[in-house]
Amino acid sequence: MQDVLLVVAYTVVMVLGVCVVVTREPLRQTLVNGFFGLALVLLFVVLQAPDVAISEVVVSTVAFPLVLLTTIYRVAAVRRSADEDES
Amino acid sequence: MTHVQRRLAFFVPAAALLAVVLGCGLTRLPSFGLPHSEYARYITEHAPAQRHVSNIVSSVVFDYRGWDTAGEELMMFAAVMGTALLLRSGRDEERRRPTDVMTSDAVRIAGAGAVALTLLVGLWTIAFGYLTPGGGFQGGVVAAAAALLTWVADSYRRHRAVTPATLVDAAEGLGAVGFLAIGLLGLVVAGSYLQNVLPLGIPGTLTSTGTIALLNAATGLEIAAACVLIFAEFLEEYVVTVPGPTPEDP
Repeated sequence: MQDVLLVVAYTVVMVLGVCVVVTREPLRQTLVNGFFGLALVLLFVVLQAPDVAISEVVVSTVAFPLVLLTTIYRVAAVRRSADEDES
Repeated sequence: MTHVQRRLAFFVPAAALLAVVLGCGLTRLPSFGLPHSEYARYITEHAPAQRHVSNIVSSVVFDYRGWDTAGEELMMFAAVMGTALLLRSGRDEERRRPTDVMTSDAVRIAGAGAVALTLLVGLWTIAFGYLTPGGGFQGGVVAAAAALLTWVADSYRRHRAVTPATLVDAAEGLGAVGFLAIGLLGLVVAGSYLQNVLPLGIPGTLTSTGTIALLNAATGLEIAAACVLIFAEFLEEYVVTVPGPTPEDP
């Protein structure tokens, strides 16, 4: 049972890890990265490392997306105003 | 030689070398699921008696490898300072106040519940860090998430009102200095940095584990305040784009 869970958890982490890399659009990538974080949480739980799992939860659901999302919006706004200046 | 060929001439040998080094490293790894290393066995055997903890991870983080955690605390402190300096220098002094989008009563009421619940979970995770899984770092980020929820559920204005910069700055400094001061206390009283100098108490209670409990609380304070400050800096950058923040299609 433990082995089955481990194989499933590792597979999901592997697949979602590749998904994060192949997603090229930053906004969508942030979302996919959230799922990747969730998969890591499951893996850490299966590996009986609850402390690390909780750390991964807080980093992948709160800290990382916020920093990414605000940066994406900010950069888009800067680029937009630069385009307006040109035209 | 074209551009691509030049790149390949660098890449192929470098990749081959990396593959060899990684391969050598991987063959020497302990096999998967090997129960305990010497170090892990020693810690799990002695930590409950030496430090009266029930979450062994906390005793490693705040005691056996406490010196590493002190470094991480300072790293976090420096990172926040760097972020603030960098972002504030690029910002206009005379910025217009953000126009908050009015949220509905339903969102505000549900949000108020979510804020209270998140804050409680955060404080709980910090408080019981050395008894059950969790600790200052994890709980600190959750507590900061509660502050962030006030922005999501209500308004940017409200978010800034509940997290005044002077209070959060002071809390962050106090957390970082507190950690180092507890370490110095050990140096002065017991002769080595981060040495426990407090009574260990009854295992499994909140008043047990001596300095681990205090270091855990200091870390919680430092991380919660540091996260609120980082979030505030990035939010400040974001609200400049309000109203109508629509990212461009690639």
